[in-house]
Amino acid sequence: MNSASRLPELLRRHEGEILADWIRQQQSSGAVRSNVIKEGDLREQSRAFLAALREALESGNVTDINGGAWSAARDFVAEMARTRARQGFTAAETATFIFSLKLPLFARLRQEYANDAAALSAEIWTVTELIDKLGILATEAFMRSREDVIARQQQEMLELSTPVVKLWHGILALPLIGSLDSARTQVVMQNLLQQILSSEAEIAIIDITGVPTVDTLVAQHLMKTVAAARLMGADCIISGVRPQIAQTIVHLGVELGDVVTRATLADAFRVALKRVGLAVTKA
Amino acid sequence: MDRIPILKMGEFLLVTIQVDMHDRLAIQLQEDLTGRIAATRSRGVLIDISSLEIVDSFIGRMLGNIAGMSKVLGADTVVTGMQPSVAITLVELGLSLKGVRTALNVERGMDLLRASLGDELEGYGGAGDQV
Repeated sequence: MNSASRLPELLRRHEGEILADWIRQQQSSGAVRSNVIKEGDLREQSRAFLAALREALESGNVTDINGGAWSAARDFVAEMARTRARQGFTAAETATFIFSLKLPLFARLRQEYANDAAALSAEIWTVTELIDKLGILATEAFMRSREDVIARQQQEMLELSTPVVKLWHGILALPLIGSLDSARTQVVMQNLLQQILSSEAEIAIIDITGVPTVDTLVAQHLMKTVAAARLMGADCIISGVRPQIAQTIVHLGVELGDVVTRATLADAFRVALKRVGLAVTKA
Repeated sequence: MDRIPILKMGEFLLVTIQVDMHDRLAIQLQEDLTGRIAATRSRGVLIDISSLEIVDSFIGRMLGNIAGMSKVLGADTVVTGMQPSVAITLVELGLSLKGVRTALNVERGMDLLRASLGDELEGYGGAGDQV
């Protein structure tokens, strides 16, 4: 730890020049997309970061960015990374925002320590360490915000994609879209059973037209749903079995038991109507 | 010791489980029910579990057993009104109660029993047996 670091003082004295150099550096490195972030915004962002950095440095703690004095700077970096993730920047571009500060700082240090090579290299090491830490912090915050987006979208998809449709009195349809994993099956199953209970349906048609692949796991999930519906006293028909899926099911040796399956929802509906004693006729 | 009441309705026996089942109660029910089937020569048993919120593997197996025993004694069993959470639990436990017939509510269950009894009566009629 370089206790005699003149970095805070240097930053205070040359803040304006460093800022100007830094922005030029960012623009020339190609990490700034003029169509996403306006130059004014970039300038403001850079200025605010430099100010936060200076304040944190003035606390005397030069490299330990986990300390209390750095909390404002840390928050700023995290917020900046979050904003950039939303704006569509890449992780590299976000990290470059921080890393590109190195060059202007090194230039000032070289001027300052023109005739003291040992002190210069010590200061350069301090700055490198500091900027690297901040860069990693920014990248981590960037990743986290992206992961949040993914998690939220997954949750939304889960809620969106499982409607239970009433086709006729006592006949429900469950059009499944997308792949079935354990978590989704759970939601689908609960939805369907709840609807069977509230609408007193005798027959539920599970339509798998929108399910891209049926492997043993998906088949097992389907069978579980059918078994649970049967326990409640409702019959299930599986419809929308495409030719490829029929082939896969047989090749995999999936045991469908006595579950009725049909190629199309229309056929399944006809079977369901027959079960409840109805038929479709021409008017 | 509390018991689950078994009601006789014509040809059928009606059992409604309205308390949380514990193991001893289930065993007691099994004994009472088999006794009653034999004594009343019932042709069908309807077990309504619409108020049953919690099942474990023992109770699940017990339901299956009771159905099996009733069948041996010549009575069809229908389990009615199973809650979604109970159904999911039983399936996750791997107990799909293969031999047990199910219905959404007591009314449908009764229809089911009557229908199966009707088949049998017709069968007797066809064989020239007067009922």
